[in-house]
Amino acid sequence: VSWLKREKQSGASGPAGGDKRILFPFDAHGLAPSALDAALRLARSQSGTLVPVFLARVPLHLSIDAALPRQSKLAVAMQDAVEQRADEFDVPVDSRIERGRSYRHALRQTIANERFEMIVLAAAAGDGPGFNAGDVAWLLANAPGEIVVLRPALAAVAPAD
Amino acid sequence: MARGHHKIFLGMAAGVGKTYRMLQEGQAEAEAGRDVAIGYLEPHDRPATAAQAEGLETLPRRGISYRGNRVEDMDLTAIITRHPELCLIDELAHTNAPGGPHEKRYEDVNEVLDTGIDVYSTVNVQHLESLNDQVSELTGIRVRETLPDAVLASADEVVLVDVTPQSLIERLIAGKVYKPEAVQPALENFFKIENLNALREVALRQVAEDVEAKRFPAQTALRPNGRRERLIDTHAQQAISERLLALITPQPGAQRIVRRAWRSAQRLGAELDVLWVARANPTAEQSEQIEALRRLASVLGAHLLLEQGDDVALVTQRVARERNTTYILMGPPHHHGALTRLLRPSLAARLLRTLPEIDLRIVADRTRPAERDVPELDP
Repeated sequence: VSWLKREKQSGASGPAGGDKRILFPFDAHGLAPSALDAALRLARSQSGTLVPVFLARVPLHLSIDAALPRQSKLAVAMQDAVEQRADEFDVPVDSRIERGRSYRHALRQTIANERFEMIVLAAAAGDGPGFNAGDVAWLLANAPGEIVVLRPALAAVAPAD
Repeated sequence: MARGHHKIFLGMAAGVGKTYRMLQEGQAEAEAGRDVAIGYLEPHDRPATAAQAEGLETLPRRGISYRGNRVEDMDLTAIITRHPELCLIDELAHTNAPGGPHEKRYEDVNEVLDTGIDVYSTVNVQHLESLNDQVSELTGIRVRETLPDAVLASADEVVLVDVTPQSLIERLIAGKVYKPEAVQPALENFFKIENLNALREVALRQVAEDVEAKRFPAQTALRPNGRRERLIDTHAQQAISERLLALITPQPGAQRIVRRAWRSAQRLGAELDVLWVARANPTAEQSEQIEALRRLASVLGAHLLLEQGDDVALVTQRVARERNTTYILMGPPHHHGALTRLLRPSLAARLLRTLPEIDLRIVADRTRPAERDVPELDP
């Protein structure tokens, strides 16, 4: 009975997940479905939990802790979409929103605040969604844990909503 | 001496007609025989506004030399000395030129009211301190001159001067708001239809909240025994603005409930509170989730409340009453056996019974098949 109870409690975020936490940062520019699918496949193969992190940029004319209703709208829609996709893959998720003066600042905050073993990052193709070469290089130099950089996706889409 | 009566004309932006409406009402008061004077008027070179001021006495201004320029400001001493019954004072959020008794015009107005003079004044919604960040995020423009919310809250009357964003833009294009050379830059920056729509919504909500706050004290009557009695039921006071309360436990599924609650709050134009009732000190895992929820709440503009108590239903009931909650959102209940259901009603059932005036919504987990169970709060 206690085993069953533990099983039930561990289902808090959907399918039961392992201890391995895989960060998947993205920003308001959108996220590539192929990159998300790749991150989910990785999470599933490692029996891990996907931690999709929406990086919010706080403009300088606002205080750093100001509410961001416009970006929140986008973040909420994107995180719902990510969670639905994760459910199709039977991967547990633990979503986050992190803020910073720039996307890199928000990324730095994420690394400081989150417990994780791996970061899966989608590299940008031109002006499309994803992280540019500078961000990727910075992350490789500064972030602990494994880092997986996904090649630029051609089928990148803008967020819904 | 009784304090003067303060009426504020609130608008979503420059050009909606606040000053015009203030002058119009000032003229009506003067025609009714009251002693009315203009303490300070900012006509912005608008002929219709200037024409509306004709016939009303304009009190002298205070001239100041500031950084080599000659500037004019409201003369508080002149108003108090002249002591009209009603004084019209434009631009409540204005910052005074140095040398006066107060830094801000609303402080001058406060002193005028203290001397028993009634005041009509004007302000735009983006100047309100608590809305400054919100307006700035919506419009991308930071307003430097701010007004404490308490000034608006303590006003005896707040009148919303409203026009549709389309009409305001038409006025702007017709040169009724700014000089011709300033029209195009205004259209490209602040006076965008989406900015004006957002500001109008903020202004309407602000006045609705003000009406709600002032409605209840007015609903009283003096009984023959000298006691003041309430004419309406205490629970009937939240008719205008909504306030949502999302009940969560610190686990990953809570983020989804908070997001769903925030969407509902946005649609209703409501504030959102997020509540966790802890029975004991949080575990390391719960603390991590609480921190993540705190960051989420901060970005969404929601309020995260942490309370301790053994009885979740009782604590929720207290918090809901304290915060004037109109909706409670929570995760789906446990699938208990028939005997447990009989002996121990669910949290939802207890809340429905103890908070009949509050709507309760169970947030479904659409990502999960029906047979799976989702842990929920214990009652």
